[in-house]
Amino acid sequence: MTGSVAAITHTIAAPSIEWSLLSPLVLVFAAATVGVLVEAFAPRDLRRALHIAISLGGLAGAFVLTIVVAHSHIFAGGKPGVVAAVGAVAVDKPTLFIQGTILVLAFVSVLLIAESSHDAFAAQAAAVPGSAAEREGLLAGLTHTEVYPLTLFSVGGMLLFPAANDLLTMFIALEVLSLPLYLLCGLARRRRLLSQEAAMKYFLLGAFSSAFFLFGVAMLYGYSGSVQLAAIATAAQSGVGSATLLYAGIALLGIGLLFKIGAIPFANWKPDVYQGSPTPVTALMASCTLVSAFGALLRVFYVAFGQLTWDWRPVMWGVAILTMLVGSIVAITQTDVKRLLAYSSIAQAGYVLTGVIAANTAGLSGSMFYLAAYGIATIGAFAIVTLVRDQTGEAAHLSSWAGLGKRSPLVAGLFALFLITFAGIPLTSGFTSKFAVFRAAIQGGALPLVIIGVISSAILAFPYVRVIVLMFFSDPAPDGPVVVRPSGFTSAAVAVGAAATLVLGIIPQPLLNIANHAASHLFVR
Amino acid sequence: MGHYVPILILAALATVFAVFSIIAGALAGPKRWNRAKLESYECGIEPTRQPAGIRFPVKYYLTAMLFIIFDIEIIFLYPWAVYFDKLGVFGLVEMVTFIATVLVAYVYVWRRGGLEWD
Repeated sequence: MTGSVAAITHTIAAPSIEWSLLSPLVLVFAAATVGVLVEAFAPRDLRRALHIAISLGGLAGAFVLTIVVAHSHIFAGGKPGVVAAVGAVAVDKPTLFIQGTILVLAFVSVLLIAESSHDAFAAQAAAVPGSAAEREGLLAGLTHTEVYPLTLFSVGGMLLFPAANDLLTMFIALEVLSLPLYLLCGLARRRRLLSQEAAMKYFLLGAFSSAFFLFGVAMLYGYSGSVQLAAIATAAQSGVGSATLLYAGIALLGIGLLFKIGAIPFANWKPDVYQGSPTPVTALMASCTLVSAFGALLRVFYVAFGQLTWDWRPVMWGVAILTMLVGSIVAITQTDVKRLLAYSSIAQAGYVLTGVIAANTAGLSGSMFYLAAYGIATIGAFAIVTLVRDQTGEAAHLSSWAGLGKRSPLVAGLFALFLITFAGIPLTSGFTSKFAVFRAAIQGGALPLVIIGVISSAILAFPYVRVIVLMFFSDPAPDGPVVVRPSGFTSAAVAVGAAATLVLGIIPQPLLNIANHAASHLFVR
Repeated sequence: MGHYVPILILAALATVFAVFSIIAGALAGPKRWNRAKLESYECGIEPTRQPAGIRFPVKYYLTAMLFIIFDIEIIFLYPWAVYFDKLGVFGLVEMVTFIATVLVAYVYVWRRGGLEWD
């Protein structure tokens, strides 16, 4: 016994951490930590400005570092990718594309969070809604500036989630991205009870799905004796071991991942959470979290279960069909603008799933392009939602949007543009991205899925067109909502969203080329 | 699709069993209610109604949570202390980074009044 312990002590070798490869991640986490220190030491009236500078600077710096990593380590060596931190993190072309997308989307989301002309965040989230303590906080002009470090921690987790090369790292990334989000959901300044309900639901269901994920990891470890994705793939290829453990592991892990992307039947949280959360946080979740979760889903199913396509594909077919149809049909009945966008987000997740099911390079590049185009447009749409306000805050009910086109043609026109791109009308990014994933799905032999996808898009166009008709062809109510004049932050977010939507619709080729190039070798193991 | 037949049969059986149990219980079970049965279950103690709108101090909860942070820090320090010489500079750098991040959390708690009892 003592002999074996002594033998082990001699084999300890300091692991090597390739800090340069992990620099984007490290920078985001470092910025978040500095944010916590700002919260601790900076005087109250300086905090907000400091936070905005640190957050935007950190995200922009991380984006630059991502490009540097791509150029110096990947393209220079002509390699599809490398593995860092003793196999825990994979830095390859698709991951770098996904991380770059997340960073851009997070930057634009932070612009929305930084809007000051109408505060989205609670004065004191711990105060009981409607209590004297809450009024005190509001009168004192407090606001939660912890939002910025929390966002950065969450974005850090999102960057690690699709890059994780073993399932334990992936689980930790999942928790790091989720825990700050649960908190952020409960910080809405108005309609506090709805916001707290959203945070509670997201937390309980999220913890539940994390348990599924972890149980799946345990099953796969039992099957292959490793949590490394590559080792699981090798074990699955050799066909030794209990197939029951393998299939149970795939199913449980799949549930954990499909919950995060919000695929039916695991999307019950999405409408409630999107509705109750502060709208800038909803924008962050609808864009960055979706991209990150799809990145992880793609990696797990392409790398670990890449040899088992014929086993998981039928189930994924079912999930994709349900997601597309339920998302688009239930969207018709929605009367709340944020719930409408939430069901739209569910249906869009279904379209991306058709790209995942293709399980080829075209599917990967199509999915990545779709996520980038949809993410930026959805932030724009939620940015518009923050601007249309009545006495109670955001004018949530769709009926109060009637006649908006006559009062504020620009804002209504931009919202119509975002709805049109969600519907996939040509000359917008929505059309290009749908075309990319559906073409990949046909190549992958999933024609029926594409037919259902097109039917679902047609169904989904109905609620969008209804909103557009409502905005432009009905008379505004006399006490209807007003469009507040935003500061430069929100205007910039809307402008970036609208510009990207049009540019990616008219000249999509540059980004498509990057996505194709990034997907050309799939993921490294 | 053949592989899925057992799962579908199991799902059907589970559904039938659940529905059967609920219906059979409602139809066949004796219904003799008394006061104790209608009360909410609270581990055998007679439930007392809490006055609405009163807030309870959560200081102990906060202290317990902070204790966990430092507890975990110590748990990580022990194995490092045992293999300090073997892990060398790498281990030292990692540990200093780790303690520094925990310290940031501590500083935040301290500055925002989390350590004040009143």
